[in-house]
Amino acid sequence: MDVQAWTFIIVGLTFALYIGIALWARAGSTKEFYVAGGGVPPLANGMATGADWMSAASFLGMAGAISFLGYGGSVYLMGWTGGYVLLALLLAPYLRKFGKFTVPDFVGDRYYSNIARLVAVICAVFVSFTYVAGQMRGVGVVFSRFLEVDVTYGVLIGMGLVFFYAVLGGMKGITYTQVAQYCVLIFAFMVPAFFLSIMLTNNPIPQIGFGGDLAGDIGNRIAAGESISLLDKLDGLNEELGFTAYTQGTKSMIDIFCITAALMVGTAGLPHVIIRFYTVPKVRDARISAGWALLFIAILYTTAPAVGAFGRVNLLDAVTDAWYSAESAEVAGIEEPKVIPEWFKTWERSGLLAWVDKNGDGRIQYLGQDGAKVDPFAGRPDFTRDENGDILRGAHGEALLSNTLNENDNELFVDQDIMVLANPEIAQLPNWVIGLVAAGGLAAALSTAAGLLLVVSTAISHDLLKKMVAPNITDKQELLAARIAAAVAVCGAGYLGINPPDYVAATVAFAFGLAASSFFPAIILGIFVKRANREGVILGMISGITFTAAYIIYFKFLGGSSDNWFLGISPEGIGTVGMAINFFVAFFVSYITKPPPKDVQDLVESIRLPKGAGEAHEIEA
Amino acid sequence: MAEQPAPDTTPSSTPTPTNDDSGSTNTAEYWQANIRILMILLAIWFTVSFGFGILLADVLNRIRIPGSGFKLGFWFAQQGSIYTFVVLIFVYVVLMNRLDRRYGVQED
Repeated sequence: MDVQAWTFIIVGLTFALYIGIALWARAGSTKEFYVAGGGVPPLANGMATGADWMSAASFLGMAGAISFLGYGGSVYLMGWTGGYVLLALLLAPYLRKFGKFTVPDFVGDRYYSNIARLVAVICAVFVSFTYVAGQMRGVGVVFSRFLEVDVTYGVLIGMGLVFFYAVLGGMKGITYTQVAQYCVLIFAFMVPAFFLSIMLTNNPIPQIGFGGDLAGDIGNRIAAGESISLLDKLDGLNEELGFTAYTQGTKSMIDIFCITAALMVGTAGLPHVIIRFYTVPKVRDARISAGWALLFIAILYTTAPAVGAFGRVNLLDAVTDAWYSAESAEVAGIEEPKVIPEWFKTWERSGLLAWVDKNGDGRIQYLGQDGAKVDPFAGRPDFTRDENGDILRGAHGEALLSNTLNENDNELFVDQDIMVLANPEIAQLPNWVIGLVAAGGLAAALSTAAGLLLVVSTAISHDLLKKMVAPNITDKQELLAARIAAAVAVCGAGYLGINPPDYVAATVAFAFGLAASSFFPAIILGIFVKRANREGVILGMISGITFTAAYIIYFKFLGGSSDNWFLGISPEGIGTVGMAINFFVAFFVSYITKPPPKDVQDLVESIRLPKGAGEAHEIEA
Repeated sequence: MAEQPAPDTTPSSTPTPTNDDSGSTNTAEYWQANIRILMILLAIWFTVSFGFGILLADVLNRIRIPGSGFKLGFWFAQQGSIYTFVVLIFVYVVLMNRLDRRYGVQED
């Protein structure tokens, strides 16, 4: 069977599974809709959290990004896992004990203020929406690449599916579908990784092969008789071609420090992650389910850097000075020429690879400049076509481009997503594995999208409607409002997925920066500093967000130059400074204004003790 | 305290006092012990990631993990810190569950 048939079958089967689970887990009350009735077993919650957390970017993009950044890619690895330690130790057990439904609930109650609640609602909606647009786009991209369906239809299919289980099932439906999605995505990520590891290092475990010597089918070819470790070879190849050594990277230490910190703290402050810890029965379960979640996430996150390194070494070896066509090499009188592998042309067709023969030698030069990667031409590949829409071919059969060339010697464009997408072909795996990778990418995107949409709908129906606008509505009415809000949010996300704003990539910095500079300090102070009061935290949140947002907007959208970065900190890392400002302002103002009222101080006392979590969770009829 | 009426369900095997009168000093001690555990674990968390993986990475990169191609700083940044994080959370769970029982504040 061909790749397409396999992909249709596997994606179809996984979708049927998700729909089946959604029908089985319909939500009957707001409590089921918001927090799955608070009865999810910790292990299942850990898996669901893993799927919720690992997005299309983790699944498709991260290994590729690391492959290009080398050591610099560590910011994502440490940042997106280290946050769970903060979450498990500083937030999850206490928020579970607090036992309401949302993050704005906590902020509003703890700081006895609807202004604080409103600030939290706005942050939650904004952060979740920026994130979800990228997920919907991811769904569309996977559909268009693997099934040759138009991106728009891909997004619509994804919307339909998420609509079905998020609107019907709420948190309950989402949680159990996410458990299934975790299994699909981790299996799809690991299978090609095992085989790549065997082919490059003769060790089936990628985490160990990563540090091993080159061996195996591809590894022996690359080593060419030499006995050398994969990482040393990679450092050498990188430097030979004008990139910095793989294990060194290009970012400054302070920037790496700040980005890592902002991603960690941002992770711990993201509402769709925090909300998951409201779904387990007990405080004890909240602690252990953070452990399970990180374990499940770590399986992918320790494999991804190995995959990145495998992909990089293989790519550099395969393309460097390779002839595009065997015929050209023959004409030039070369015996046994090195020719590009078959997968090169497959991915050239889908625009993830492109080659311009700048020096006219018929061979590919993939070169860095001053240690960093440079684009051979401006923008994404724009192939030149004749009037029938067929791509025009150059002297060696390569697809011709109409892009403006940049002034450098690099001839190769590589989209970082290729590192995961092309793995099955590079490792010459059977067609069903490619179908599996497509299903895995979809599982990653859909599970994250669903979790985020739930936060948006909850923020509107519960925090805004029930708590602020119309406190007298019944449980049934609130549930209906939640469903309508979820439905509207799905459509909004779909619209952004079909018509992505140019700044989607840049908004990721926004989501983490804002979560780090708003929620995290507010929640930490709420639990650990009894003296923290309404005035302090509201001013803290506002100053943290304002600073972070202004910095990101200036340097990302208004063309600020990186020479003017504050202490050399990039916009991705500035959330760390924003968080520090928030903490400082909140502390200072809290201590010069009135302490919080007695009942709030009692609330803080009570969330510090695990005992009695069951009662705290009951909802008033 | 507000959450009183539920019958005290702490069964036989808890020797420590759980009644609410001595509760306040007990609670303060429990919280102190909790903070101590947090501090120790967070110190480790910081050391393996920000310390070994970033600040000391260049120094540690002169050392190699025996029998592998890993430079130590690089390994901590891309592998070691993550393994440590997982272990830290499970250690936290064990320590806290024990602490809860010692102070009689566990849930059942």
